[in-house]
Amino acid sequence: MRDSLNAIFRRDLALAYRQRSELMQPMMFFILVISLFPLGIGPNPEILQKVGPGVIWVAAILSSLLGMERLFKDDFNDGSLEQIMLSATPLPMVVLVKVFAHWLTSIVPLLILSPLLALFLNLTEDMYWALLCTLLLGTPLLSLVGAIAVGLTLGLNRGGVLLALLLLPVFIPLLIFATAAVEAASLQLPYNAQLAIIGAMLLISLAMAPFAIAYALRVSQN
Amino acid sequence: MVLSRRFFVDQRSILPLLSAHELSVSKRDRLLFSKINLSVSAGDLMYIKGPNGAGKTSLLRVLTGLVSPEEGLVTYREQDIVKFRDVFHQKLLYFGHALGVNRSLNALENLHYWCSQHGVHPVETEIYTVLGKLGLVGLEDVTVNHLSAGQQRRVALARFWLKTSADVWILDEPFTALDVQGIALLNKRIVEHLQQGGCVVMTSHQALDVNYPTKELVLEYRI
Repeated sequence: MRDSLNAIFRRDLALAYRQRSELMQPMMFFILVISLFPLGIGPNPEILQKVGPGVIWVAAILSSLLGMERLFKDDFNDGSLEQIMLSATPLPMVVLVKVFAHWLTSIVPLLILSPLLALFLNLTEDMYWALLCTLLLGTPLLSLVGAIAVGLTLGLNRGGVLLALLLLPVFIPLLIFATAAVEAASLQLPYNAQLAIIGAMLLISLAMAPFAIAYALRVSQN
Repeated sequence: MVLSRRFFVDQRSILPLLSAHELSVSKRDRLLFSKINLSVSAGDLMYIKGPNGAGKTSLLRVLTGLVSPEEGLVTYREQDIVKFRDVFHQKLLYFGHALGVNRSLNALENLHYWCSQHGVHPVETEIYTVLGKLGLVGLEDVTVNHLSAGQQRRVALARFWLKTSADVWILDEPFTALDVQGIALLNKRIVEHLQQGGCVVMTSHQALDVNYPTKELVLEYRI
């Protein structure tokens, strides 16, 4: 089983590398949104600092939605998903590996870019560290929960809009706690509580989402 | 419309490899077939016939366990395939309309991936031998989207030589897009598999050109 999970992970990384132009799309979107904001709002540093965390988080959520469909779409269309389901490797483990590979290739680049963007929005160092912590805990959650919705909308031809409608309400609590944490950091207050809540949400989804995704994928075969 | 069923019960072996009991499947509120029974034992070739839309593919997908039937039960060696999914899938080879070959990877990468996914560990030379048999030598490092439709299918066909542990083969139109040599090669492999004690359930719009006794199941189009 370990061997086959390894193979899936390596294959997904190889595929991401071959299709890097597709991967660039959400990343470009993320950079564009954040670099356009200071131009639109005006260069007042205090205002930018005030809206910065929210802007980065909203852009991260929207750009992760953009790239989310890639997760299973190709495998569904070319029949690879069928073949995975007909192998003895447990499907929840497979999807966990696939989601992790997806997170690593499409979201980690955003995290790497984030210091630069924090600079654009005039975030202080404390705020930046809080932001990075929330992003590190929150974005895997985005991928895990997003994958459930991707699984559910696979059979539809134009699932993209439905995907966004399904997911945005679910992401709102995450957005609130994440921006609250950065806000607390800007006031030099502790933000452990917000991080703990995001961490708890992540752990719950880590434990349950793989099974939900696997179930959604099985349903998509009907 | 009445569903006509024709199948012969195999007398030779007592324990069927794969059997379906009273299967009913409907798709988008249309009943495709109801109360179908079939059983295939070691060495059986079952040929499912019927016009487009009769539910051949749906029947095959139910037999693999990808789709659950509305009613009825599929068993592998008398065990429910839903409960003993892993046992069954280790012994199953399904070849569907969608090939399961990724178009951005090359033939070799696709096969390596598929093999480790299905718990087969062929040595490198073995894969090359199979690719040679299929006329894909020299094309093994070309990404699949640069290959022709027939060659893409040949990449997927390599599985028949690699997963030798499978005893149930379920093939959905395996001859599509293949040339004469390809068809002959596959026919030969199917007969070989049957003689080794495997069983095959397949659909095909082309007349079967194998020198082997076949069981037939005819599905009719229902409205």
